[in-house]
Amino acid sequence: MLDRDEDILKAAEDWQKAGRGVALATVVETWGSAPRPAGSSLVINDEGTFLGSVSGGCVEGAVVTEAMDVIQSGKPRMLEFGVADETAWNVGLSCGGTIRVFVEKVG
Amino acid sequence: MKLAILHELNVERAARRPAILVTDTENGEQRLVKSADFAKDPLHAELDKQLRMGKSGNVEAGGKKLFLNVYAPTAKLVIIGAVHISQALAPLARSLGYDVTVVDPRTAFASPERFPDIPLVAEWPDTALPPLNVDAYTAFVAVTHDPKIDDPALLHAFERNCFYIGALGSRKTHAKRGDRLRAQGAKDTDIARIRAPIGLAIGAVSPSEIAVSIMAEITAVLRLPPKEKEEAA
Repeated sequence: MLDRDEDILKAAEDWQKAGRGVALATVVETWGSAPRPAGSSLVINDEGTFLGSVSGGCVEGAVVTEAMDVIQSGKPRMLEFGVADETAWNVGLSCGGTIRVFVEKVG
Repeated sequence: MKLAILHELNVERAARRPAILVTDTENGEQRLVKSADFAKDPLHAELDKQLRMGKSGNVEAGGKKLFLNVYAPTAKLVIIGAVHISQALAPLARSLGYDVTVVDPRTAFASPERFPDIPLVAEWPDTALPPLNVDAYTAFVAVTHDPKIDDPALLHAFERNCFYIGALGSRKTHAKRGDRLRAQGAKDTDIARIRAPIGLAIGAVSPSEIAVSIMAEITAVLRLPPKEKEEAA
């Protein structure tokens, strides 16, 4: 109920209507201590501008990179980040949790 | 997400109506369920539960793994009476994520010195309340002890179907209040909705403790399923 991400989805709509390629990344599952709950989202446009967060800063860079591919291909994908994951050594969650992030194109 | 769905979702959110986006995370298929359509949806039990908890989560249905993303409006708290209890209640409610407004026509009470950073409306309820868009996602608390201020405010809360309505006062005071409100056209079912004496019975003494008991009761009404809610009352 107490979602304060008011402007993120509005930005997604505005960017798309302005002709930008837009992707939406949403936390769909968390295990252990994760910084942002399921439902938290990050919106990314094809210029690399983004709003919101899925982890409070730990993995946004990687999500933005994947989002660029999703904007190109139009195919949604599921990303997973955590300490057990190989990529964790590059862009893992320092808090020790695991999150799954669904990335989809808008439009 | 299709632009049409995103647009509909933004319309619902702007109108402070809850909605849940159902996504098949295998193939990206989506549908938006608006609050008006919850009851007839095949997933209505799951939707109701997630909405009540204000939590997004995954469910399995018909062999599909679905993500339910809950978009619920930010809850508001309207406090009638800029009294000592309200000075404790307003910051506590804000820390719990509520948008808080304090209404009191008595300017000596409704002063920024007493309520730093809290939106204050120093007007009578009839003037103050209509612009606040009091709705079903609003908790409404009347604590002035003055019928001239509390009564018209409570009538407004009934009309707007607030999810929680509480009023300060003993059982005796509350019985008299019921008589007055009935005389002004309130229904028995409206009066039965008022939580009075206000707050959960935790033996609260100080204004801060009373604020805790009020926020605990508001939380219970917001989060518990109907049956357990009655038991907590």
